[in-house]
Amino acid sequence: MGAFLHRHRSLTPYLLLGPGLLWLGIFFLIPLGFLGYESLQSGVFPSFQFTWEFSNFSNGIRDYHEQFVRSFVYAGLATVACLLLAYPLVYWIAFRAGRWRNLFLLAIVAPFFVTYLVRTLAWLNILADQGPVVGLLRDLHILAPDGRLLATTFAVVSGITYNFFPFMALPIYVSLEQIDPRLLEAAKDLYASPTKAFLRVTLPLSAPGIVAGTLLTFIPAAGDFINAALLGTPKQTMIGNVIQAKFLESLDYPMAASLSFLLMGAILVTLLVYARIVGTEKLTG
Amino acid sequence: MNPRMTRDELLRRGAAGVTLLSLPGLLAACGGGDDNGGGESASGGGGGGEPNDVLNFSNWELYIDTKKPTTFQQFKNKTGIKVNYFEDVNSNDGYFAKVQGRLRQGQGIGRDIFVATDNSRFPGLYVDQKWVEKLDKSMIPNISNLIPAQQHPPFDPNRDYALPWLSGMDGIAWNEDLTDPVTTVDKLFNDPKLKGKVTVWGEMGDTLGLVMLSNGDDPSNVTDESFDRAIKKVEKARDSGQIRRFTGNDYAQPLARGDLAACFAWSGDVAQLIADNPKLHWGIPETGGIIWTDNMFIPLGGSVPTASTYMNFVYDPKIAAKIAVETGYISSVKGVKPFALKLDPKSGNNPLVFPDSATLAKVHQNDPKMLSNQDYITKWQKVQGQ
Repeated sequence: MGAFLHRHRSLTPYLLLGPGLLWLGIFFLIPLGFLGYESLQSGVFPSFQFTWEFSNFSNGIRDYHEQFVRSFVYAGLATVACLLLAYPLVYWIAFRAGRWRNLFLLAIVAPFFVTYLVRTLAWLNILADQGPVVGLLRDLHILAPDGRLLATTFAVVSGITYNFFPFMALPIYVSLEQIDPRLLEAAKDLYASPTKAFLRVTLPLSAPGIVAGTLLTFIPAAGDFINAALLGTPKQTMIGNVIQAKFLESLDYPMAASLSFLLMGAILVTLLVYARIVGTEKLTG
Repeated sequence: MNPRMTRDELLRRGAAGVTLLSLPGLLAACGGGDDNGGGESASGGGGGGEPNDVLNFSNWELYIDTKKPTTFQQFKNKTGIKVNYFEDVNSNDGYFAKVQGRLRQGQGIGRDIFVATDNSRFPGLYVDQKWVEKLDKSMIPNISNLIPAQQHPPFDPNRDYALPWLSGMDGIAWNEDLTDPVTTVDKLFNDPKLKGKVTVWGEMGDTLGLVMLSNGDDPSNVTDESFDRAIKKVEKARDSGQIRRFTGNDYAQPLARGDLAACFAWSGDVAQLIADNPKLHWGIPETGGIIWTDNMFIPLGGSVPTASTYMNFVYDPKIAAKIAVETGYISSVKGVKPFALKLDPKSGNNPLVFPDSATLAKVHQNDPKMLSNQDYITKWQKVQGQ
């Protein structure tokens, strides 16, 4: 074997890539092929026929464009909220927390030792109409006496923000942590104010982390359905809820499959536009 | 793939026995699923033969007696069969979606009994697709205790495939701390004081049945017009913000917690919740309620002798009485009442367990044609924002 590899050294990269490609092929490409096949079927459960039913796609857009738009708005809002919350926090951890750094990082990740569903269910209790949070906000007249947090857009976006927070925080932390402190000293020596040093040195150097964080947050958030299902009302349903219901409740597999493809396409287009704006080198770090 | 072949193969492997038992992985592949603890039963699947040591049973929440000795313990003592009980049915469509893939391949689902409600299209679908096994009636002599009203349901006219588990009623629950009594669907949908504190079911038959009755329409004979009227009414209540969510069994917690002032709720659930929270009430709407029955089925690959033994056991009126009294639901077994009175002298007056003729006059059954109409199902999903 060793001799074989030595003689065919050019094969090594392919052999190393093999397991990954195989995995991708079996668990991504083949299912994707099935999904594509299903998305062009027509009929009523359980007898679907493959009929090149492209109208599934046009009907999907016609009937559910509202949920598509809502998904992207919610995912966008949550991504911005994550960024605004995460950046100052990890900045402080990276530059000021000293030997407590790892502890604080653990604190960011710790809630994620609990499963996604349970974490979201916990918010049902925290934000309950008769709960302490709503009670306090009512006393402070921030909420009307019969106002509520649960089953509102605010609750859904907050839930998504909370659930995807580490995906934003950790990449930014990594890029901040890698910044050479001597660069900041040099900026100071060149009479840069702290604000200017931040804007000219720290922020650009952490940009790859921000880009990675926004992608890791936005993409799964756009397809999320748990937060809208548990914390929202029928007026907050996202495209993920529609796909879930089509697959599991109305058993309309062709429509569910074509909506999945539309979501994938929409995310891909968003991604390309985003890459165009921020530049591809930031995507790869 | 020919489903029959696969099942035969499964049985052959079951006969081979040793191989199967020594390979938990293979076992899981044959009869198990991702989330079931059982699977043992798959080895003895199909008709004929002896009962297994274990019965795997899928049911809804709040649907079994809990006071010791439980009926499961009594069953174990009597027959030596242990019951693995899974409360993993949250909605009829959700459960169907979960199991249909395996059933379509002719594979077992790691269960010997599951339940499906006659107020959905699924009992008929399971039977038509031949995804359920025939009961072994020779092992169920107690089938003679089945009340006449339940002997010929449209999805299984001769009771070859299913026996009733329990029946219940659709109605309105309210919390007296948050509202005065809510006894009509119109109040539930229009009272501004209830805005955002109301839920209805995601199950089409339950919700639309009650709404149709409130419109003066007949839910047992649905027309496009009466269906659309009901849909419009729910849509309006959704758009005004009156309806907060569409639920399965999961209205119970928010109702008990006070997030909901009133909601559509199932009779026995509320009877059990009242034990912890006496502020809760339940009633059949003034315009009428819906009655439904959950049916026990044996899925393909389930053990017919084991399941039949269990069904015979629960059709003993003494056992049926305990389950009915403790869950607050209606039994379909003859001669339950004297045993129920012995367990709880007050239960005889409980119209949830023993509906009197006045109660029965108020409840209706849904039109099976509505439940399986694909256009209606799509419209119903749309109302839910899906």
